[in-house]
Amino acid sequence: MAQTLQGYSRADGRKGIRNVVAVAYLVECAHHVARAVVTKSDDPDVHLIGFPGCYPNAYALKVMQAVTTHPNVGGVLLISLGCESFNREQLRKTIEASGRPVETLVIQESGGTASTIAKGVEAVARLRAVAAQTPRAPMAISELVIGAICGGSDGTSGITANPAVGRAFDRLGAQGAACVFEETGELVGCEKIMADRALTPELGLELERSVHKAEAYYTVMGYGSFAPGNAEGGLTTQEEKSMGAYSKSGSAPIVGILKPGDQPPSGGLYLLDVVPDGEPRFGFPNISDNAEIVELIACGAHVTLFTTGRGSVVGSAISPVVKICANPETYRKLAGDMDVDAGRIMEGRGTLDEVGDEIHDLVLAVAGGARTVSEALGHQEFILTYKAFDPIGPACLPLRRTR
Amino acid sequence: MSLILLHPDDNVLVLSAPVRAGQVLTIDGRSVPADADVGVGHKLARRDLAVGDKVLKYGAPIGSITAPVAAGGHVHLHNMKSDYIASHTRRATGSEGQ
Repeated sequence: MAQTLQGYSRADGRKGIRNVVAVAYLVECAHHVARAVVTKSDDPDVHLIGFPGCYPNAYALKVMQAVTTHPNVGGVLLISLGCESFNREQLRKTIEASGRPVETLVIQESGGTASTIAKGVEAVARLRAVAAQTPRAPMAISELVIGAICGGSDGTSGITANPAVGRAFDRLGAQGAACVFEETGELVGCEKIMADRALTPELGLELERSVHKAEAYYTVMGYGSFAPGNAEGGLTTQEEKSMGAYSKSGSAPIVGILKPGDQPPSGGLYLLDVVPDGEPRFGFPNISDNAEIVELIACGAHVTLFTTGRGSVVGSAISPVVKICANPETYRKLAGDMDVDAGRIMEGRGTLDEVGDEIHDLVLAVAGGARTVSEALGHQEFILTYKAFDPIGPACLPLRRTR
Repeated sequence: MSLILLHPDDNVLVLSAPVRAGQVLTIDGRSVPADADVGVGHKLARRDLAVGDKVLKYGAPIGSITAPVAAGGHVHLHNMKSDYIASHTRRATGSEGQ
């Protein structure tokens, strides 16, 4: 049975499940003004995003272009200090070309803090009014992009929540949705078994390369993608964490590799390669979970599935985050922050298939407008830092757009 | 039973409920005592493991044994290590007990 959603139909042909106005600061010096505009607007669908750095960075521009033209976004207010390097003209042109309303305020030319905040609140009201006119249109499951991430993993994550997400991914992917899993640094040790699932041998080689790159990068950093809480929760090694994290990907063939800001050209299962290319330059690939969520959203994720054992409470700006709790003890402590109790599998009160079905159904409910727990609690975290990437090669995307 | 065998080849089991030190566990038909208080999600040795043995979970190697461990013993940072990148704790920076 083909289920039909009602999406927000954007001028560029994409369809969203939310209708958010994004207020974006283009350097940390504009952060306070942007935050004040969002706070005074007092609307759960006005979200704060931004980039703190004053130096130019092609990756940061690409991600900001991707998130401000995300299908869940109906309008954008850019807030610049004025002297920073961020290419605000290029960003504005990209947003305009997507057919979305955009306004820019430059604090140095707008009378300073108080005046810019007042003008920003007025601009948001105008943008909200334009966004409210966005037509609705039927949206198929095959038009959804779903991300998956694990954070605060423990020894239960790889037994309950992650394989349950894998089951949901298998079902959503079979209906034509694009499913994106990530963190090559948390796939160290899984590269061979993952490569065997690639659609082509060339893609398999690229999958292995991406994990070897991650291992080399994290070795230079001095720490793996492994937090103290992972060990307290029973995980001992990077490769043990990896095996659990890998099970998020389910069992479908892997049809491609994306880098942050690339859009999946078709449905199916993709790996998001989040580790920078070249010599390590700017530090850890992702300084915390939310940086990865932002990258999934930059790849078009309408919804992100977030599995946690220790108990993460975060959400995100732009796209809702579904929280799937792996550990039954954590669920009892943090039930008010969780959407799905996957830890019940641990206690024999449910099966992987049942929880996988629950996640699948919840994705469709959220795509239909139901608020996730983190969304209702007002979580709108957003982090973007410096990175450097080479473009993906032809072997990474053997499928071309088919819809 | 509070022990999960994820793959027939595995030499560790995962706890689905906490165990107390001295608690007698049944592993592959043998009665063995737990050697520590161990929480949900942690690993216990399915059989006696020697230094250098690969630890198998999900049917895949997840590291190597660095100190002998008896069946029923807690397998963790004190007796196994990564074959890739070393793990770290909260005491990686600063001083203990700060």
